[in-house]
Amino acid sequence: MIKNIVILGAGTAGTMMSNHLRRALSEDWNITIIDQRTEHHYQPGYLFVPFGVYEPEDIVKPIEKFIPDGVNLVLGAIERIYPDKDKVVMASGKEFDYDILIVATGTDIAPEETEGMMGPHWHKDVFDFYTLEGATALAKKFKDWEGGKLVINIVEMPIKCPVAPLEFAFLADAFFEQKGMRDKVEIAFATPMSGAFTKPKATEKLDYLLKEKNIEIIPDFNVMSIDGEAKTITDYAGKEVSYDVLVTVPTNKGSDLMERSGIGDELNYIPTDRATLQSKVKENIFAIGDATNIPASKAGSVAHFEGEVLLENILRYISGKELKEGFDGHANCFIETGHGKALLIDFNYTHEPVSGTFPFPGVGPLNLLKESRMNHMGKMAFKWIYWNMLITGRHLPFVTTKMQEAGKNFD
Amino acid sequence: MEKTIGNTTVNMGDDGYLVDLNEWNQEVATEIAQEEGITLTDEHWKVLEYLQNQHKKDVPLTIRNVGKSGVVDIKGFYALFPEGPLKKASRIAGIPKPVSCI
Repeated sequence: MIKNIVILGAGTAGTMMSNHLRRALSEDWNITIIDQRTEHHYQPGYLFVPFGVYEPEDIVKPIEKFIPDGVNLVLGAIERIYPDKDKVVMASGKEFDYDILIVATGTDIAPEETEGMMGPHWHKDVFDFYTLEGATALAKKFKDWEGGKLVINIVEMPIKCPVAPLEFAFLADAFFEQKGMRDKVEIAFATPMSGAFTKPKATEKLDYLLKEKNIEIIPDFNVMSIDGEAKTITDYAGKEVSYDVLVTVPTNKGSDLMERSGIGDELNYIPTDRATLQSKVKENIFAIGDATNIPASKAGSVAHFEGEVLLENILRYISGKELKEGFDGHANCFIETGHGKALLIDFNYTHEPVSGTFPFPGVGPLNLLKESRMNHMGKMAFKWIYWNMLITGRHLPFVTTKMQEAGKNFD
Repeated sequence: MEKTIGNTTVNMGDDGYLVDLNEWNQEVATEIAQEEGITLTDEHWKVLEYLQNQHKKDVPLTIRNVGKSGVVDIKGFYALFPEGPLKKASRIAGIPKPVSCI
């Protein structure tokens, strides 16, 4: 008898799973993947658009190009998941029954969550760089900006790619220096965290970079409202920061679909087991990538490592075996620091990022938690890896799903 | 590290948070609150009780979900526990230091 797997979302995680599953499952399994967009964006590329490093066409390709033969791609909006009926209903009224459902609907910015963020100033003086529209508008603004105060603000955690705002600050520093106008630009970084990065050891290590680059950190800043006319942001404690250009990372939320289906948390993320990736909604619903509520970074590398665990667990589920607690929270992120250099961090649920070498213990060639040109080349090469290996579910050479402890300098 | 507060001896971690919620009582809370420069009122106690209940249910605490709890809104939460409300309130409530950072 024919059985059905339905994947919701054809972004990084969903596309990768469709490739994994089509290779692993026999023709007895129908695989359907649903998305409302027609374009697949290389999201790590957004960061470079404001600085003119990438043009939009470098980072956008058609979704269908990456969905393998033998997988049914359906374009359209999803209205609701009915876990009790094992059914997904589209906005068009079309229905899909499933034996296994994979939720990979990701996360998106929700600027409407902050009072005063939206308005005539949106994409004029107040920008996001988590959408192609925002990043492109910012590129235009920076092109002939004469300088002033640039404030980068994270509204609240968790956010997608937690290191991106910091990278943005570093790249802005280098960009204005290269334009010969760094002395005309003041850069401040207002964050709800007590330091620049989410992990204390990395924060300690990275602190010197902020000083070196003359970036002012405003910690424990929880923005309450934005006044677009006066160009100020105010936090709940009454602190006020003025800006000429505000680059905000708005509240991140999962898909409204979770709310409509009554299965999300207060930020519309789907409750998920952090080790098996089975949802807590129902045993035949699994989740991957940014859509879950697991305490791991919302990042492409995390989705990649989750993908190998999820594939195994779906195969186990199909054959009635116990699921493997295989996911350790592994994340691996390059952090651009400007001037052709980058840092690399590698961490999981239990280990904070530390210094060392990667991927070969004691050899490298990449250095952990240390600036180098090689790391930057790794970051730039990642675009090719993403399009050609990562989303098509190929195993990345030398990089293990579980975080490697060898070659790292733990205390 | 052992610390004597009134008639109670409690274990406190290096981070200044109680190690065991069972050692918490109102006297301990009042004392820690004073260290934070806060005099506890009925409004404070309601928030502390809410935080303890959520903690017992393993619900991760964030400023957002406290603000949506119906017990206090975000602005009120800041007014009661100025500056780092979740960090301060968690410490006074005897629950672990919040780990919302990912």
